[in-house]
Amino acid sequence: MSDSMNPSGIDTGVPDVTRTLDSSGPGTATQHERPDSSNGLATTIVKSWKAPIGFAVFTLIALVLFVILGRDGDSTFTLSADSDLIQLPDITVAARLTGIIVTVLMAVITVVAFLRVRADRRVPLWLTALLGVLFLFAFLTWVDAGASLPVQVPGLLVGMVSLSVPLIFGAMGGVISERVGVVNVAIEGQLLGGAFVAAVVASITQQPLLGLVAAAVAGAAVSFVLAAFAIKYLVDQVIVGVVLNVLVIGLTNFLYSQVLSKNAELLNSPPRFDRINIPILSEIPIIGPTLFRQTIIVYLMYIAVAAVYFALFHTRWGLRVRAVGEHPQAADTVGINVNSTRFWNVLLAGAITGFGGAYFTLGSVGAFNKEMTAGAGYIALAAVIFGQWDPIRATLAALLFGFASNLQNALGIIGSPVPSEFMLMLPYLLTIFAVAGLVGRSRGPAASGRPYIKS
Amino acid sequence: MKLELRGITKRFGSLIANDHIDLVVKPGEIHALLGENGAGKSTLMNVLYGLYQADDGEILLDDEVQHFAGPGDAMNAGIGMVHQHFMLIPVFTVAENVMLGHEQTKGLGRLDLAAARARVREIGSQFGFDVDPDALVEDLPVGVQQRVEIIKALSRDAKVLVFDEPTAVLTPQETDELMVIMGQLRDAGTSIVFITHKLREVREIADRITIIRLGKVVGEAEPTATNAELASLMVGRSVELTVHKEHSEPGEAALIVKDLSVVDAVGQLVVNSVSFEVHHGEILAIAGVQGNGQTELSEAIIGLQDDVRGTIILDGKSLVGLSVSKVLDAGVGFVPEDRNVDGLVGEFTIAENLMLDRSDNEPFVKRGTLQLSYLNTFAEEKAKEFDVRSQGIQTPVGRLSGGNQQKVVLARELSRDLRLFLAAQPTRGIDVGSIEFVHKRIVETRDAGVPVIVVSTELDEVTALADRIAVMYRGSIVGIVPGNTSRDVLGLMMTGEVPAEITTTDSIEGALL
Repeated sequence: MSDSMNPSGIDTGVPDVTRTLDSSGPGTATQHERPDSSNGLATTIVKSWKAPIGFAVFTLIALVLFVILGRDGDSTFTLSADSDLIQLPDITVAARLTGIIVTVLMAVITVVAFLRVRADRRVPLWLTALLGVLFLFAFLTWVDAGASLPVQVPGLLVGMVSLSVPLIFGAMGGVISERVGVVNVAIEGQLLGGAFVAAVVASITQQPLLGLVAAAVAGAAVSFVLAAFAIKYLVDQVIVGVVLNVLVIGLTNFLYSQVLSKNAELLNSPPRFDRINIPILSEIPIIGPTLFRQTIIVYLMYIAVAAVYFALFHTRWGLRVRAVGEHPQAADTVGINVNSTRFWNVLLAGAITGFGGAYFTLGSVGAFNKEMTAGAGYIALAAVIFGQWDPIRATLAALLFGFASNLQNALGIIGSPVPSEFMLMLPYLLTIFAVAGLVGRSRGPAASGRPYIKS
Repeated sequence: MKLELRGITKRFGSLIANDHIDLVVKPGEIHALLGENGAGKSTLMNVLYGLYQADDGEILLDDEVQHFAGPGDAMNAGIGMVHQHFMLIPVFTVAENVMLGHEQTKGLGRLDLAAARARVREIGSQFGFDVDPDALVEDLPVGVQQRVEIIKALSRDAKVLVFDEPTAVLTPQETDELMVIMGQLRDAGTSIVFITHKLREVREIADRITIIRLGKVVGEAEPTATNAELASLMVGRSVELTVHKEHSEPGEAALIVKDLSVVDAVGQLVVNSVSFEVHHGEILAIAGVQGNGQTELSEAIIGLQDDVRGTIILDGKSLVGLSVSKVLDAGVGFVPEDRNVDGLVGEFTIAENLMLDRSDNEPFVKRGTLQLSYLNTFAEEKAKEFDVRSQGIQTPVGRLSGGNQQKVVLARELSRDLRLFLAAQPTRGIDVGSIEFVHKRIVETRDAGVPVIVVSTELDEVTALADRIAVMYRGSIVGIVPGNTSRDVLGLMMTGEVPAEITTTDSIEGALL
């Protein structure tokens, strides 16, 4: 990656001292070495106490939950399944002691964060991540204390990937669409449309691959409506997106109850994709079962993320897409057709999101249900913003949300002391905190959401 | 390449922006297109560049008729444009901006950035600009951004280069450098169209001058023509180019600003520890290139900035932290720099706009009810006094010309009892006749004993009006100098330097020396 090619494309402007979640992601180091005086203005630090205060709240929760309400007994973490070639030993820890140690460590991190902010320095992202991992570890230990079943780490991770697939496809669609300048609120509708059409087509043809293709077409069809109204008729993009979501929900509900459920055998029993184990890679402990024993849709997702990243930042297509989303008039004056670039790329975004929809019916569930996407599109949208319009970071954000969703499943198996309704809320709670709290002000494509009208 | 426009006509609805315009630009000449704001210069160039389609007429390059469906066609035919508002993508590097639209690629469709960098360096070295191809455009000073625009046009082998008001955003020094570059380009055989309303520049660099008024070509002139000749052609009558102003008799210090800093949302000190005083009966001009903190400084005084540190004291009363309405009540009159965004409501009538900032009490409002008859009398009177030309006081302000809109703003602000008058870019985008009027009113306000601050990026305006001049650069005041300071010194100060022979002063005594 060369210095000139800015991998994120968005995180480059004025040194942003308020950002708490700073990019310590790949390739951004060079940007921060630029002197602050690049545009000649002295800066004063606007102190952001968000991070240390957030840390303190979590430390307090840890203190109450793991120490004061601490549970005695041992907790076991299983790292390998029986079928794995390489067996890792189980890890067993004493729950209360772990809780105390973790709480102390979290308190130390919180103090460090306070001191850093007081000294006008940033709280680095890895510190936030470390705190999160520590808290999570202590939480799982606390939940599992004295339980007969161990915490299945591979199961947790496999479930995370599984729940993240539609989010990641949706986020890719969101990234492309927003980068080209059209806010894509319709991800939810594209996912649901894709799921529905994939189920029907795959059931009739008994060909899951045809279902997959049909899902992409369905996603693009939803996008077509968005593009037509937003670009051609200049209707507010957010409103069109929301209306489309409601429309697709209504349409699929209607067709499901009137058509699908009456002919379930013919129309709603699609063959599912088989899992394909990648030789050697699938035998790596923990990583293998998580990433390389998946269906073709998941492998397609890996390719999609890599391709979107490469294409967006290293090809002519990507340069033009970003130009149109940042400064459409400038793009126009160098001979790029702004509206057709937008139109086709919004369609492309819909098609990619459609694949994610197919995963519901052809990958995980195996049949279409009413409103089965359950807000995944909105979480994908949050992942786009949390990931700062960067495909890689949006993917990581989607994985985080996927993990939060899966935690509830995993805890249900162990027998959690936390009510399952609360855990169900977790991914949405995390979404709100991530978007509102931690990101602070992140800068998206400058012209996103604004129609281009030639005067 | 020879460029010829024949009978170009462009209408927007009932408005004829260009009316049968003919223009011939020969290879290796700089052809100035001179006209007031709104005369139709930019429309003409947008037609030439393929952004607009002409309703009538044709464009010829080397005597061949061209048809441009869009800017891409115009570029391919050899026309390049340096836009007034740069068409650069701020978050892209120089090389990316230059390659955009005609990208070279290598294996796997990867962008060939190395080739683009080499192209930037090649063109840069040809004309002696040193532009880092890997710098982000938003980090570059405006003058350098303009060079990127030039490189961008040249990288596509432009034979006809259009400069649309290129000096509006430059310091005098940068302007001089641009003139040198334009000369070099001309000598290399490029045909140059230079759009401007600044007479000095035209006379300095142009080989031929075409003057446009109200969408029509009204004449040609030689560069040897005098300012007065050019101005009268441009405006259509003889105009007064100098401001008549008596020697000022400043009184007590009325406004005292001390260690004022303004912090923007991302923590930058956009105004950095600024101190100055304004006395009764004097005009303090705040000069500087656009974007050096003048906007934020004036917004801080009026109460529009959130994070203001330091003191602002007007007649013994602190203004820091007061709401805008309290500041207005304290007697501050404010002409914002963009009247269409901050000064007026375009859909409202002249009368309604005249009472915008006095909508909560008498005499315009009694017991929550608008006093329409009073308002109408008031508006009729003010429209007459300030020479607002319209079809009556019920005309929506948006339909007025820029000059008449500005008169409405002025009428509203000057019809209150003022303790301070703050005018930001008071003559931006208005016609010469209105400029004369606005300047006259500003001087009258001063003579009435009101302290006046004029924020302006136009050096001519600054030197014409000011009793003292504060020059801002990157958020700080470089120095405060007497009103008769030479343009060269001011130009240097606008780049942040203080010439050794100049002693800057903040005291009245110094200014009167």
